[in-house]
Amino acid sequence: MTAKTTEPLIFEVSRPGRMASAQNPNRGVDLSAIPEALRRKDKPRLPEVSEMQAVRHFTRLSQKNFSIDTHFYPLGSCTMKYNPRACNKLAMLPQFLARHPLAPESHSQGFLACMYDLQEILKEVTGMAGVSLTPMAGAQGEFAGVAMIQAYHKARGDLARVEILVPDAAHGTNPATAAMLGCTVREIPTNADGDVDVEALKAAVGPQTAGIMLTNPSTFGVFERRIKEIAGIVHDAGGLLYYDGANLNAILGKVRPGDMGFDVIHMNLHKTFSTPHGGGGPGAGAVGVSERLRPFMPTPLVGKDGESYRWLTGKDLPQTIGRLSAWMGNAGVLLRAYIYARLLGREGMHRVAEFATLNANYLAARLAEKGFDLAFPKRRASHEFVVTLKKQKQEIELTATDVAKRLLDYGYHAPTVYFPLLVPECLLIEPTETEDKETLDAFVEALAAIRDEARQNIAKVKGAPYTMPVRRLDDVRAARQLDLRYVPT
Amino acid sequence: MPFIPHTETDVKEMLAAIKAPSIDALFDEIPPALRCGTLQRIPEGLSEMAVTQLMMARAQADGLALNFIGAGAYEHHIPAAVWEITTRGEFYSAYTPYQAEASQGTLQLLYEYQTMICGLTGMEVSNASMYDGASALGESLLMALRANKANTSGVVLMPRAVNPLYRDVVASTTAAQGVKPVFVDYDPKSGQTALGALQAHAGDKPTAVVIQQPNFFGVLEDVDAITDWAHAQGALVVAVVNPTSLAVLKAPGQWGGAGADIVCGEGQPLGAPLSSGGPYFGFLTTKMAHVREMPGRIVGRTVDLDGRPGYTLTLQAREQHIRRAKAKSNICTNQGLLVTAATIYMSLLGPAGLAEVASASLANTRELVAQLGSIKGVEPLFGAAHFHEAVIRLPQPVAPVLEKLAALDIFGGYDLAAAYPELGNALLICATETKTAAQLAQYRDALAGVLA
Repeated sequence: MTAKTTEPLIFEVSRPGRMASAQNPNRGVDLSAIPEALRRKDKPRLPEVSEMQAVRHFTRLSQKNFSIDTHFYPLGSCTMKYNPRACNKLAMLPQFLARHPLAPESHSQGFLACMYDLQEILKEVTGMAGVSLTPMAGAQGEFAGVAMIQAYHKARGDLARVEILVPDAAHGTNPATAAMLGCTVREIPTNADGDVDVEALKAAVGPQTAGIMLTNPSTFGVFERRIKEIAGIVHDAGGLLYYDGANLNAILGKVRPGDMGFDVIHMNLHKTFSTPHGGGGPGAGAVGVSERLRPFMPTPLVGKDGESYRWLTGKDLPQTIGRLSAWMGNAGVLLRAYIYARLLGREGMHRVAEFATLNANYLAARLAEKGFDLAFPKRRASHEFVVTLKKQKQEIELTATDVAKRLLDYGYHAPTVYFPLLVPECLLIEPTETEDKETLDAFVEALAAIRDEARQNIAKVKGAPYTMPVRRLDDVRAARQLDLRYVPT
Repeated sequence: MPFIPHTETDVKEMLAAIKAPSIDALFDEIPPALRCGTLQRIPEGLSEMAVTQLMMARAQADGLALNFIGAGAYEHHIPAAVWEITTRGEFYSAYTPYQAEASQGTLQLLYEYQTMICGLTGMEVSNASMYDGASALGESLLMALRANKANTSGVVLMPRAVNPLYRDVVASTTAAQGVKPVFVDYDPKSGQTALGALQAHAGDKPTAVVIQQPNFFGVLEDVDAITDWAHAQGALVVAVVNPTSLAVLKAPGQWGGAGADIVCGEGQPLGAPLSSGGPYFGFLTTKMAHVREMPGRIVGRTVDLDGRPGYTLTLQAREQHIRRAKAKSNICTNQGLLVTAATIYMSLLGPAGLAEVASASLANTRELVAQLGSIKGVEPLFGAAHFHEAVIRLPQPVAPVLEKLAALDIFGGYDLAAAYPELGNALLICATETKTAAQLAQYRDALAGVLA
């Protein structure tokens, strides 16, 4: 359950002069060293509350959230698996928290060893020749990947390659990233079975092709069976292959992007390595590269000389695409990923894809048996699958949004809805390997119950949710009458 | 099997429901030649106890030195409640609030954050965060290019007194979209960006002028004069600010006659531990007129079916999942958990507490400069007023001195030799409110010993 009561804004409980006194350095304020003209005259609008008021307020806000720790959260393409508590606790050891990013290497061997080991583990599990950990999210990993592809072509004097191919089913970040790097984006259609249309791809490649960005398994939740052929076509045309690691959980320990022929990949460590999602980040978008892209990796990296570790910077990689963050990206997130990798180990990593796939196929089979339509019924599900409510919409006006909102009342976070964009009224469902069979069974019953409710009383379902802190929100009003910060009346 | 709940019976029943003979059969669409081997280079799994022992040993190897390095990442006291609450599972293990009704906690918190960061910067709208301060500057410049319809040269006047690592990130992330940084020198006496050096570029029709306050040397810029000059050229003013300093320094929204146009910076001082450089968060605020050019998530307040207030992601038509190649940015996942920490931090400090932290940091840095300046041959370098960092010059090359200090478990500061070779043996030092008088004296004695 989530808290149903309205929690006032913290500004509404604020009173002038109140404070959390234990947090005050108690040194007074002396600004005589700052020229008058540069000083602040007004008091910034921050809350004035006691420590307990703040603790109670934010604890109550937390209770208005669904989360993995409280609810089944089958949000497709997001890999909402259990985030082991040990990863958080050990990444927050005092020495790790206190380490300044510019601390000398002599006092950083423990931290650098973790980063070096993580680079090696990620190389092995993806089959790539080099790994850079610095990108701070998947989208920044994509940016790094496309920038490396550009740098590679440029270094060869091949300046005509300005086009990035993207399947029409791709995540929105793929075309957005290519555009940020000044590439033109050409979409490649997908066929009825969810595979890239290879004939269309053959027709699209040429001397203008910089590369292709692919997710495999695709956003349809199916494995791209002709991947080697696709790799051959793109490579023969002089382009490179980019692997969007959003769905890496589906193949971890089973297939390696490097073996499929990819030249560069990003990994969403907050998904596959469970670091967690944090209510919208921080993520970590480490990139792996094939041998030919190694010189271009973003810096800094961690290298090892004998038994000691050191930073590798632009001096070591003169052709680097440069820095993407002031330091080494989301270092604390990387520590969590490393701890997770050590807890799993070799055997555990093989099992990730196995049980993620088992759970997805089981859930898909049970839902099909209950009469729900799979978008790709002839295909194996990967770690996720797509259900389409096209039939239910026609017959009883039940939409994907209705199901999503009503699921909340049943105590489940909704799957991803209306993505992939090409499947009407779709639910993209990703149970992950950490869910037990009973939870999956109960989820099947909930979906079936919602459909039954809709048959009897569609208005009831369209009015959902009823048990959340708020009912359906007026998104149109939110966008038209912008209220983006509190202003006292 | 760590974190996998399946019993043998479960597996059997599930495979029967799927009508598959084995788990392996579920991968039968993958060409057999592609299946990977045993991943021999990955070590075997460890128990939580064994991993704990490993990580404790590595943490202890790094130790807890006495730190006087700032240079963009600042050591502040973080109230215990901040991370106790931030790491509650309901915040820690949730995701982007796509289902608003089941994410009101995160959404209301983000709305409160937007209000607080607007309050500190004196601006009208904020997004829900960028990756870090450096990437926030890059995105701010891209935003300035979209927003400035008059001066479309792409020229950005970039003081050399802006954090050199930020300048590197801007170079790697914005060149493809036409940002052309032109570097502007600082006055060697004051350490401030020289207005005269800016004026040399009056004819460039700059799209934006960057002002970092305090600048990388800790020195306070003449922000009013630079803002007014930039606006007279038709440029937008992009401010890079330290949020702690804004408790006592003039808000960028009030710089000059019209205020800065876009304000960004590193949010780390607001409750994020140093943590080897991340995760931190970048903040980005602007005027309402530019809200549709803003990158990233934005939360708005609205009402539900019953007319009760509620919060939701809004203006999503700017974003990649809707607009794809025409989006304002590719950013998707940002730094939500760090914003959670910052919002709790700002609530616990309040305007008075944050002003005390700022003032105590300023006082400690002044005291440190005085203490170190008492050593023969050590002198403060710049004459202008500073905030909680300052540059001193040593009588010897800095790098070996820092090495000797590190051997005493003191991190003495940031060596400016690589980024500013013209300054000679210059060292950037910082002492926040966390430093005691005894620790300042400890540094002075150690440095005196090393230089002797």
